[in-house]
Amino acid sequence: MATDTLGEGAASACVDAGGGAIGLPQLCPDWMGNQIVWLVIALIVIFFILSRIALPRIAAVLAERQGTITNDLAAAEDLKEKASDAEDAYNKALADARAQAQEIIAEAKAEINAELEEATQKADAEIAAKAAEGEKAIADIRANAMESVKEVAKDTAKELVAAMGVKADARTVTSAVNSRLKG
Amino acid sequence: MATEAHGESEGLVFHPMDQFIIKPLTGDGPVGLFTITNATLWMALTCLAVFALMVLGTSARSVIPGRIQSVAELAYGFIRKMVEDVAGKDALPYFPYIMTLFMFIVFANFLGLIPGSFTSTSHIGVTAVMAMMVFIGVTVLGFVKNGAGFLSLFWISSAPLVLRPILALIEVISYFVRPVSHSIRLAGNMMAGHAVMKVFAAFAPLVLISTGVGLVVTPLSILAITAVYGLEVLVSFIQAYVFTILTCVYLKDALHPHH
Repeated sequence: MATDTLGEGAASACVDAGGGAIGLPQLCPDWMGNQIVWLVIALIVIFFILSRIALPRIAAVLAERQGTITNDLAAAEDLKEKASDAEDAYNKALADARAQAQEIIAEAKAEINAELEEATQKADAEIAAKAAEGEKAIADIRANAMESVKEVAKDTAKELVAAMGVKADARTVTSAVNSRLKG
Repeated sequence: MATEAHGESEGLVFHPMDQFIIKPLTGDGPVGLFTITNATLWMALTCLAVFALMVLGTSARSVIPGRIQSVAELAYGFIRKMVEDVAGKDALPYFPYIMTLFMFIVFANFLGLIPGSFTSTSHIGVTAVMAMMVFIGVTVLGFVKNGAGFLSLFWISSAPLVLRPILALIEVISYFVRPVSHSIRLAGNMMAGHAVMKVFAAFAPLVLISTGVGLVVTPLSILAITAVYGLEVLVSFIQAYVFTILTCVYLKDALHPHH
């Protein structure tokens, strides 16, 4: 210990000749006054350091930080509101666009339907005309065919009768063929 | 005390109390009132440490604090909250005084842990002065704030009437014992820990004197010094905390003497 370096002169009521402590150094009355003086000075110095400089400064820093945090939170709240507004506007635009699209689709559909209807009607009319024409042709053909059958039957009947060697009256044959064809 | 070597061997030197001797920094003269002593040096270093942490550490005043500023703010918030929680909001004007006590004690305690240093707070003269400052300050404050109503601190109105004079006597005694326990608690803790370390330290060189026993004792004592040192680090802070919180409790009694 450093006290060993103390010479004989250090010996007092509390320190022996060898520099060792006699009893509790804490209870040595010779040293109390010195300690108290320096303690009071130290406490006053620390008090002024703290109360004049350190504590107001730290309080200001803490207040500033609190202010900054509050401001930032307010700004964040503001931005959040703006974002929410923007989202609303976006949603509204989207809904509008959708409605418009729906409208356009409905319009287009109606137009197409009308066109289709018209085309169908036209086609139907054409088909009906064609069908009537065809029917008429078929009727004509049928009539023609009947005539030809009659002709062929008469001729065939005449020839058959002639071949059998009987002189047949043309008018009789014709009426006979006619009656057969009717029956 | 412990001036003679009394280990197993003559080589062991036990001077656990010598570390508490006050001596002039220069020369061998007597210790007068204003002599610059080792106590002066370490109290001055305490002031410097407080200045370094609380003023230099916060000089940047950054909104986002650095390490040292964080510690300073932590200390500020810690004591301020303690004053507010324990003594109430109306005790906040006394916060700088309590902060002064806390910063002085905590730095004196920690500086005292540097090997070869001197622990100002291990001296009853130092802690008693602080305890008396608190005691007198709080008592005067109590009478100034509450007048004679401060005496109701000793008159416990919730107790049965017969018991009140007895309780009052006990309360008065305990009130006057406060500065004693307040100061001895701090000085005693600091002194005991340092003395124990010193005793273990005296055992450490045993291996140089008697190799056989020393092989066991030396590592053990070094281990013990380490353990006690760790404990002392804890005690240094806890005792500063205890001193401060008791100051707050006494302050609360002065501001709100009614139970």
